[in-house]
Amino acid sequence: MPLVKNGAIVADDFVSVADDAELPAGGAVLISAARFLADAEALSARNAPLGVIWPNNRDVAELKPWLDRLSLIALVFPTFKDGRAHSQARRLREVYGFRGELRATGQILRDQFTFLLRNGFDSFAVTKESDAQAFGEATHRYTEFYQPTGDGHLSALQRRRKRHTAPAG
Amino acid sequence: MYAYDEIDQTLVDERVAEFRDQVQRRLSGELTEDEFKPLRLMNGVYLQLHAYMFRVAIPYGTLSSAQLRKLAHVARKYDRGYGHFTTRQNIQFNWIALKDLPDALADLAEVGIHAMQTSGNCTRNVTADQWGGVAPDEVEDPRVWAEILRQHTALHPEFSFLPRKFKFAITASDHDRAAIKVHDIGLRLIRNEQGETGFEVLVGGGLGRSPFIGKSIKPFVRGRDILSYVEAILRVYNQYGRRDNIYKARIKILVHELGIEKFAAEVEQAWQEVAEGPLTLDDEMIEDIRSRFVYPAYEKLPAMPDELRAAAGDARFEAWRRNSVAPHREPGYAIVTLSLKPVGGPPGDATADQIDAIADLADKYSFGEIRVGHEQNLALPHVARRDLPALWAALDALGVATPNVNLVSDIIACPGLDYCSLANARSIPIAQELTRRFANHETANLIGRLHVNISGCINACGHHHVGHIGILGVEKNDQEFYQITIGGRADEDARVGDLIGPAVPYAEVADVVEDIVEAYLALREKPEELFVDTVKRIGVEPFKERVYATR
Repeated sequence: MPLVKNGAIVADDFVSVADDAELPAGGAVLISAARFLADAEALSARNAPLGVIWPNNRDVAELKPWLDRLSLIALVFPTFKDGRAHSQARRLREVYGFRGELRATGQILRDQFTFLLRNGFDSFAVTKESDAQAFGEATHRYTEFYQPTGDGHLSALQRRRKRHTAPAG
Repeated sequence: MYAYDEIDQTLVDERVAEFRDQVQRRLSGELTEDEFKPLRLMNGVYLQLHAYMFRVAIPYGTLSSAQLRKLAHVARKYDRGYGHFTTRQNIQFNWIALKDLPDALADLAEVGIHAMQTSGNCTRNVTADQWGGVAPDEVEDPRVWAEILRQHTALHPEFSFLPRKFKFAITASDHDRAAIKVHDIGLRLIRNEQGETGFEVLVGGGLGRSPFIGKSIKPFVRGRDILSYVEAILRVYNQYGRRDNIYKARIKILVHELGIEKFAAEVEQAWQEVAEGPLTLDDEMIEDIRSRFVYPAYEKLPAMPDELRAAAGDARFEAWRRNSVAPHREPGYAIVTLSLKPVGGPPGDATADQIDAIADLADKYSFGEIRVGHEQNLALPHVARRDLPALWAALDALGVATPNVNLVSDIIACPGLDYCSLANARSIPIAQELTRRFANHETANLIGRLHVNISGCINACGHHHVGHIGILGVEKNDQEFYQITIGGRADEDARVGDLIGPAVPYAEVADVVEDIVEAYLALREKPEELFVDTVKRIGVEPFKERVYATR
């Protein structure tokens, strides 16, 4: 499954570790939410990048105390029709100020790349190779947006407001 | 009329390009039908019984004559020469080829029409009182707010994959013409004691297999906070709405299961996270949208011009005027409803030629503007009263002046088994038969305001629950049967109708409706007591006795 980050297909720095497998001494690891929460204090003190796979039916507010110690949060789209992780992403980025990598995993299609970017995701475990290759094209399809999100694009209302209050000439 | 600026136009054009690419990938097999389905639905494309159906948005029901003509063009060029106006301020085309859809959308985009989110599990086309901006009793034009919400909900990155569809409706009058209590979010524009504009927010209304009347979640949300507040509602719904069972996925079920107090507390908490943030509106933003609603330059005209006085002697004109002409905020003007319910016709259908002719009449008599209401009729919103006789003659020649608006033959009906892959029973032929039974205008007039709503299945597209008389098609042993409810209504006193007894076979439906109407005529206290008020006063039993005594 290709991983897209900063618009390019890249190798995954993180190694996924199953709940019953031993954690390697060093290196970036990605573990389940259950495993992380069972021993969050010790795990977040580990001297290597740590990532958590967060299920889409669990309140992301639970992660609040640990956010500055997590390097990656992977949110899950069991099917692309299940959009709960869209809301989780926006809350993590815009309400709780998470600055690490926010990864979309599961069924990720090119038709959602723009939405995902706007919601604060910055890496994408893409289902189809052809979609991953089309990342750049797919994410430049839109130049205008109606909603303000944490991605920095001004909404149409905000842009018009500027026009409205700009000095004449 | 709302005039698109370059931002709106660019976005619509970009959407067309994206959909063209999606259709291309589907046709080449790169997208599976399973992957394509949610994408096409979000562009109003259904796969129906016989063909693809294409549903085009008419936000808050307002159209220009140029837009209307473009709809006629699509009907003619890509479909079979007619369109069907729905209960959701949309128009549907029933026979369109997938390969033609991008071109049809591109043609519509030329006049600022799109099909964004007319279907799918996303925020749907925002509807509003079709008389917005012209109704004498409104606080202010609700369409300004509907447009702000339309923009905010279009291609919303967070809420395009909700548990189920999600519908907004807005009214600005005490008399609710937008049926806000049967929408996921209903907004009632009001002014508080300080003169500030805001909304009473209702949530969790809806029909379908579990009908609910919306509950008030907050008595007053300031206009500037409306986007952040509905964002909070949607965020709670997106997170907690059920996804395990499609029949329990609507927000009404979540509100029902949690209780409105608990749900309101969740929303309040979510709102605290986003209130006073970038979603907060300011006067400049609101004013910018308002400034692009262009209102006609009305003249000072007499309320009772000579032309109207002269025409009053014509009984046919008078019959039409009494039920098709409504007061306007400007005294010399009127709002004219065009009945798309001719005797024997499918409710809400119009041919391309009719649509073009109506566009011409709108140019001549209504400053080029047309409205579409949820009752599946059209309206010309700015007609000078002196022009009423001439307009009537033209509408009559077109077949859209049947004098039955709000009367028993002004029937709301879904497409039913004739078109819809979900339906269990036919709707259109029942409606057609009823319009024939009640074709006599004198009788219909004697009966007074009476709304008959027909749905061909439990999904309730014909809003049968809120019909004064509701007819629901069901299937029993491979045969069409119909359950009859009475006493429903969709206005400010909205309620769900009560079943009067066992379902009846197809052939008996019209007889049963006639029996109910006769019972009402015998039971009402006085001629002014509406059918629905008689039902409220005496209940279902007397009607039940009358209908089932001989069956």
